[in-house]
Amino acid sequence: MATVAPTRRAEAPGQPAGPRTRVRRSGDGVAGYLFLSPWILGILLLTIGPMLTSLYLSFTDYSLFTAPEWVGLDNYKRMFEDARWLKSVQVTTIYVAVAVPVKLAAALAVALLLNNKRKGQGFYRAAFYGPSLIGASVSLAIVWKALFTDDAVVDRALRVVGIHTGGWAGNPDFSLLMLVLLGAWQLGAPMVIFLAGLKQVPVELHEAAHVDGAGRWRRFRSITLPMISPVVFFNLLLETINSFQVFTSAYIVGGPNGSPAGTTLFYTIYLYDRGFSDFRMGYASAMAWMLLLGVGLITLFLFRTARGWVYYSGDKR
Amino acid sequence: MKLSTVAWHAGVLAVLAIVLYPIVWVVAATFKPSADIIGSLSLLPSAPTTANYERAVEGIASISIGRFFWNSTILAVLSVVGTVASSALAGYAFARLRFRGRGAMFALMISTLLLPFHVLIIPQYAVFQRLGLIDTYVPLLIGKFLAAEAFFVFLMVQFMRTIPQELDESAKMDGAGHWGIFWHIILPLARPALITTAIFTFIWSWNDFFGPLVYLSTPDKYPLPLALQLFVDEASGSDFGALMAMSMLALVPVILFFLFFQRFLVEGVSTSGLKG
Repeated sequence: MATVAPTRRAEAPGQPAGPRTRVRRSGDGVAGYLFLSPWILGILLLTIGPMLTSLYLSFTDYSLFTAPEWVGLDNYKRMFEDARWLKSVQVTTIYVAVAVPVKLAAALAVALLLNNKRKGQGFYRAAFYGPSLIGASVSLAIVWKALFTDDAVVDRALRVVGIHTGGWAGNPDFSLLMLVLLGAWQLGAPMVIFLAGLKQVPVELHEAAHVDGAGRWRRFRSITLPMISPVVFFNLLLETINSFQVFTSAYIVGGPNGSPAGTTLFYTIYLYDRGFSDFRMGYASAMAWMLLLGVGLITLFLFRTARGWVYYSGDKR
Repeated sequence: MKLSTVAWHAGVLAVLAIVLYPIVWVVAATFKPSADIIGSLSLLPSAPTTANYERAVEGIASISIGRFFWNSTILAVLSVVGTVASSALAGYAFARLRFRGRGAMFALMISTLLLPFHVLIIPQYAVFQRLGLIDTYVPLLIGKFLAAEAFFVFLMVQFMRTIPQELDESAKMDGAGHWGIFWHIILPLARPALITTAIFTFIWSWNDFFGPLVYLSTPDKYPLPLALQLFVDEASGSDFGALMAMSMLALVPVILFFLFFQRFLVEGVSTSGLKG
């Protein structure tokens, strides 16, 4: 570093000429914008621009091949009379409401199981995490469907214990549950985060409570859970938002119509179908904004309730 | 070993066996004759065969599987290059430089962390269509070079903030400019963040289905996930063995990445909450 010629300072980007005190006050100026220029281009061209455009398109009739035609709130009104839209809202809501708690409960259970000082924890943690990397892939969706078709592994295993459901992939009563299980199978990512949270819980608290005669369950309820509540909240928020956007697995399992009988017609799949099969892009844009509104309201709601149950200790150690 | 430790290992392994059963089952299944796959619960093929893999390698629609692997690799490698470079640049600006509007832009970046991409896809598609870029890789890659994945920008910022400020100061004394500081000091010290970003970008790009589904229409250009879906449509049910074998082959790079870099992956998740 010492070999850099002193004259370089004058050429360095964002270093306006003048006394040093002036440089300090005006910060790094141009250099900041230069380093940030790819991101600035991206946020303008790929995020803000498209967002505003899609808001405009949502008030139009637009099929990609003709100019958008202003229709006011028609698209939004039509949604509430569109049986498939209502179905997709129902499917997605049920999925989020069931899949998120199931996945988080499984993740927390495994994290509690792994949380101790024994050897091998690192190995197990990685092994449980593995499925998270492949769970949302096309490959795994194909495998999952194979496990749940008629006369396949799950069907046969259930028949042994006297449950006759047929393959879940073709049974409207169970097709969504099969996708819930695929979601829960990817418990590794939230589990790793839970485990990081559990490591922060002071052992002394547990010891003190133990001395006072608190049982395992009592200590979990009164010490562990409040202490890891920020991590619970973080996982809840992340998984909720991600679950609203499930696409690949559902598309491979149920196709663009959400078969069987529309039971896997996720919101994102219907949006894709309207936008890119029918090219009803005005309507699809309105759907996208309703999704944003819905996810935004739920996020807000989660943050509101968080005040009541998320406990931030002043000292995080 | 104490009894409680043995019991713990047994318990963990039992749960792990349930979780990993589907993977073990499908790997075994790919070595069974195609007709036996669905109905067989066993984890050991009674008459092992590599016929499924031989048919899988032949590919689909007279395009060999090598072509799809190549397409996926091109997309993943360019995604990694673009994402690492653009996120590191943005991360340095947010973490280290002081300029007007930084706070507001940082807040904007954070607010895009949780933005559903569906809101953007339709107008983006309309623009790329007008530019004649549908059925090219440009729409799939441009965002990577423009730091559109806020997760990684955030990861870089968080990491670069932990690098001691004194290092910058002393380099400045020695006459280094911002580029010199970024290149010679920050980047080498931010290596763990760069590696984490690279690995996750590779895997996400490798698994990405929605982007290629929307933008690509020529099977010749398909990456593996789209090729698999084509296979499902064309051979629905008729050649289950080859479909399973191809699904497994498509996962091989992800599994290799996992085996070699699992420390970075798990640490990346536990410190930044990256989605899996």
